[in-house]
Amino acid sequence: MTDGEIKVVTPDTLLGEAMKIHDQGWRLVQICARALKDGAGNEITYSFGDDLIMAHLRLTLPCEEHVTSISHIFQTAYFYENEMHDLFGVQVDMMTVDFKGNFYKIGAETPFKK
Amino acid sequence: MSTRSIVPFGPQHPVLPEPIHLDLVIEDEKIVEAIPSIGFVHRGLESLVNKREFTEYVYVAERICGICSFLHGASYCDAVERVMQIELPGRAKYLRTIWAEMSRIHSHLLWLGLLADAFGFESLFMQAWRIREKVLDMLEASTGGRCIFSVNCVGGVLKDMDASMLKGFVQELDKMEIQVRAMEKTFLSDATVNNRLRGVGILTKQQAHELGATGPFMRASGINRDTRKLGYYAYGDLEFEPIISNDCDSYARCEVRIREIYQSFDLIRQAVAKIPDGDIAVPVKGNPDGESFVRVEQPRGEAVYYLKADGTKFIDRFRVRTPTFANIPAMLETLKGCDYADVPIMVLTIDPCISCTER
Repeated sequence: MTDGEIKVVTPDTLLGEAMKIHDQGWRLVQICARALKDGAGNEITYSFGDDLIMAHLRLTLPCEEHVTSISHIFQTAYFYENEMHDLFGVQVDMMTVDFKGNFYKIGAETPFKK
Repeated sequence: MSTRSIVPFGPQHPVLPEPIHLDLVIEDEKIVEAIPSIGFVHRGLESLVNKREFTEYVYVAERICGICSFLHGASYCDAVERVMQIELPGRAKYLRTIWAEMSRIHSHLLWLGLLADAFGFESLFMQAWRIREKVLDMLEASTGGRCIFSVNCVGGVLKDMDASMLKGFVQELDKMEIQVRAMEKTFLSDATVNNRLRGVGILTKQQAHELGATGPFMRASGINRDTRKLGYYAYGDLEFEPIISNDCDSYARCEVRIREIYQSFDLIRQAVAKIPDGDIAVPVKGNPDGESFVRVEQPRGEAVYYLKADGTKFIDRFRVRTPTFANIPAMLETLKGCDYADVPIMVLTIDPCISCTER
C-alpha cells in the first residue's frame, strides 16, 4: 500500500519528469535508495509533495550506471544524493554540492550496498 | 572589501547537545555562507532492519531518537500494519494519539528551555523544564518510561490507560496550561527575548517551500500544512487547524511552538472525551510482503517512512526521512546575511535533532 502514485522512469527520462513536477509547484520530499539483491544495483525513489499529496518517481539503476543529479531542479536534492552515494554507492553526476564521499564520516565504504 | 574568514561552528558547541559542524564563511560579523558537515555519529539503524525480526525492530526504531521515540516506533508499526493490511482497534488509535501529543508537549517544552538557555535566560529555561517534568511524569505513570517507553507493537499498543488515569491526566494538563500561559508572557512579550528573536533568521514562505522546510519551522513562514491533517491514528476524528505565523522569523517559530503546546492540550482533551472502549491490539499472523510510505507530524515536523518487505520475517528496507534532515538546507539559507552572534539561536530555531538525522 503506497502513499501516492509511483511512476517508473529511466535515467534518460528522470530529469524531464522531475522538471515537469517542479514546474507544477511541487516540493521534493525525499529520495530513498534501496539495494537490490545479489548486487544487481539500486532502486531509487524520488518523492514529491503538493500540500499533503505525494507522488513518486522510481528508477532502477544497475551498479555500473550513473544517474544525473536533480539538484539543479530541486535545490535540496544534493543532501539526499550525497547520502545515497555514501551509503549505497550510487554514482550521482553533477550535484550542486558534492561532498565526494565525506557526507557521512563512517568507517565502512557504502555499508548499505548488497 | 572586507576579508572573508571561515569560522568553525561545532561539532561541539554549547547550544548543540549533539554533533553537527558548520563552516561559517564570515565577512566582518556577517555570515556569507554556511557549509554543513554531518555524519559524525551515523549509527546505521536503518540497516539493522535486515537483522532483526519485523516484530522486534520496533525497539530499534524507538531508539532512533529519545525525544521522538514514541512516534518513530508507532510509525514503523504503522508502516508494517499498512503492508499487512491490519486495521487497528479504535482504542489503540486513540492511545497512540494521546501519547503522540504528550511527546509533542514535552519536545516543545524541551526546545523552549534550550532556546531560553541559548539567549542566556536561565530562570526561563528552568521554568520550561520544570513544567516539562509533569508530562514526563504522565508518560512514566502510563507506560513505565519517561522518554523511550516501548508501548507500540505491530497491531496496536501494549499498554492501556484506564478512565481514572485519563481523567487525572486531563486535570494535570489544565494545571500545566495555566503554567505555560504564565511562561508564555515572558517568551512572547519580554523586551530582551524580543530583541534576540524578532527579525532574526528570516525564511520567507517561498524559501520554505523551495527548500523543503517542514514542521513549526515551515509553519512559522506562513505555510499552512500539518501532516496530522492526513487523519492517521485518531486525528481524523479530532478538530484542529494547523498553527501558522506569517512573521517568518525566530520569534514566529517560538510563537508557533508555544501555540502548538496549547493545541496538544486540546487534542488530548478531545481524545480522552472520545476514546472508545475495546481491545488495544489485534493478533498478527504471517510476514509482511509489499511496500508502504507513512508520513507523520513529529514535534519537529513531517517525518517520512518507507518500508519494503519481501514476505520473510526480515524487512528488506526501512528508511526514515527525519524532519531535521529536511530542515538543514533551509536553515543554511536563513544563516546567510545574519550576524555571527545570532547563529546559535538560528540553529536552534529548527529544533535540530542530530540523533534522528544520524539514524
